[in-house]
Amino acid sequence: MMHYTKEHEWVKIEGTGATIGISHHAQEALGDITFVELPPVGKVLKAGDALGVVESVKAASDIYAPISGTVSEVNTQLDGSPELINQSPEDKGWLCKLTKITASDADPLMDAAAYKAFLG
Amino acid sequence: MSKLIFEESVKGRKAVSFPKPSQAESAYATIQLPKALAATHPVELPEVSELDVIRHYTRLSCKNFSIDTHFYPLGSCTMKYNPRICEKTAALDGFAGLHPLLPQLRRGEALTQGALELVWDTQRLLCELTGMSGFTLQPMAGAHGELTGLLLIAAYHKDKGNTRTKVLIPDSAHGTNPASAAIAGYEVISVPTDAHGDMDLEAFKALLTPDIAAVMMTCPSTLGLFERNILAIAELAHANDTLLYYDGANMNAMMGYARPGDLGFDVVHLNVHKTLSTPHGGGGPGAGPVGVKESLLPFLPTSIVEKDALGKYWLRYDRPKSIGYIAPFYGNFAVLIRAYTYLLHLGGNGLKEATEYAVLNANYIRAKLKPYYAEAYSRICMHECVFTAELQMKKGVRALDIAKALIDEGFHPPTIYFPMIVHEAMMFEPTETESKETLDRFIEAMIRIAKEAEANPDSFAEKPLTTEISRVDETKAAKAMVLKA
Repeated sequence: MMHYTKEHEWVKIEGTGATIGISHHAQEALGDITFVELPPVGKVLKAGDALGVVESVKAASDIYAPISGTVSEVNTQLDGSPELINQSPEDKGWLCKLTKITASDADPLMDAAAYKAFLG
Repeated sequence: MSKLIFEESVKGRKAVSFPKPSQAESAYATIQLPKALAATHPVELPEVSELDVIRHYTRLSCKNFSIDTHFYPLGSCTMKYNPRICEKTAALDGFAGLHPLLPQLRRGEALTQGALELVWDTQRLLCELTGMSGFTLQPMAGAHGELTGLLLIAAYHKDKGNTRTKVLIPDSAHGTNPASAAIAGYEVISVPTDAHGDMDLEAFKALLTPDIAAVMMTCPSTLGLFERNILAIAELAHANDTLLYYDGANMNAMMGYARPGDLGFDVVHLNVHKTLSTPHGGGGPGAGPVGVKESLLPFLPTSIVEKDALGKYWLRYDRPKSIGYIAPFYGNFAVLIRAYTYLLHLGGNGLKEATEYAVLNANYIRAKLKPYYAEAYSRICMHECVFTAELQMKKGVRALDIAKALIDEGFHPPTIYFPMIVHEAMMFEPTETESKETLDRFIEAMIRIAKEAEANPDSFAEKPLTTEISRVDETKAAKAMVLKA
């Protein structure tokens, strides 16, 4: 199931692993994405740590880890085709995968309905 | 598209005829350079007549979009008219031809009293304008001033034995503030804005921990709003021995009416190229003098111009607690000449009047456009007003499209997508030097654009249509940069 943060990241948790990306709303607000900086594989992230940067024609935004874990894979396709984030933010435009995850207790995640309500 | 000067080249055509070389000069021709140093083929230079050159560059200059030709309401950039008297004084031989090392040579101070007086008196006038105790004129631009200010703050805390590692910055602050604090080695904590556009006081209180070195504020903020809680913020910060930093990017809204020093700010930088006139844009030239309260005076960069009992000006280097040099010599001297000229030319009352018109003009635009565009925060603004393109977005017309449409109307676009806390932001800063007639023409254009967005939103995709190159692909430009031909 997809969960969202107030910073507009999404996280899909499967067992002890998770996939992370930015929401449809986030890509829409940023506009055309021109560059993505992703963390190195093996990096240990705490929930709330900056894991990378997404740049668009309008702005550069830090992306924060919604949960703690270790980076196991990054979406290398984004290197040449950052527009995947605009075209398919919550599927093909994923940013990275984590293993050995532990959920955040500081900032509870929202489910899709709660996130929709948060966006207003 | 116009040709490059190289494309206008015709073999053998010349603009100048050189005089016959003297005997001594002819001797150079016989010198044999080592092969490794000698050029392998002649340098390709355009071969054109003098008239070709004049026409080429005059044509190019006509394409320039500038404050001298057009209304330029680029928010936060303060694109005001730059009085020609400032150009005249900056070009005076005694200033323009002065060697920057001269005052540092033996007896050089005696030969440069005029220039040193100008620096000293500018320091004095900036102190009066801002309510600070001392100034350094060295920083070369606003962000350089920010870094200098943060280094002064770090020196202050170090001197007191304080361990401070973080800086608080409201999310409505000038965009360079977090970068400057990070470069100075501080961790940056963002303070949210409340529903009325002020800094969220409760959130600020919660974030104001004993490890906070400073609070960096832009006042008025980039929302164009005066920070109404400033006195409370200053009191809370000082009780925590946290210093208050004033980003002077928006000082154009306060001159003669409020002094950062009186509001409780400890360190101030001014963007004199914006507030006190110098043609800027395209990255320069700027100057970002930094002023401090008495407790920070010992840390100011060396050298400082001082005046002795006999009225002589001199450079003081003996300042053991100084953070040292932060720029060569005395800053961007020619920009400081313009600022000094502007200050004296307008005088105290003139500066006050400039502030009044800057604020009045922004509110006139705000009030007139309110029925057509959604305001970011509905309240009296200072020298700039911020709208959102949310109403137009319903039809698919974005802030970017409105900006491009304005080019076709003969106006420079506003600042868009900043401040970042406003969705589809458009920030207009008319400055004090525009007439009501110009503002009215601009307002009419903005209203036409709003009506067009309503009636014919698809027409925006190709705008601007009146320029040599119409809509550029900004995404491609950012993704596939060609940095070399």
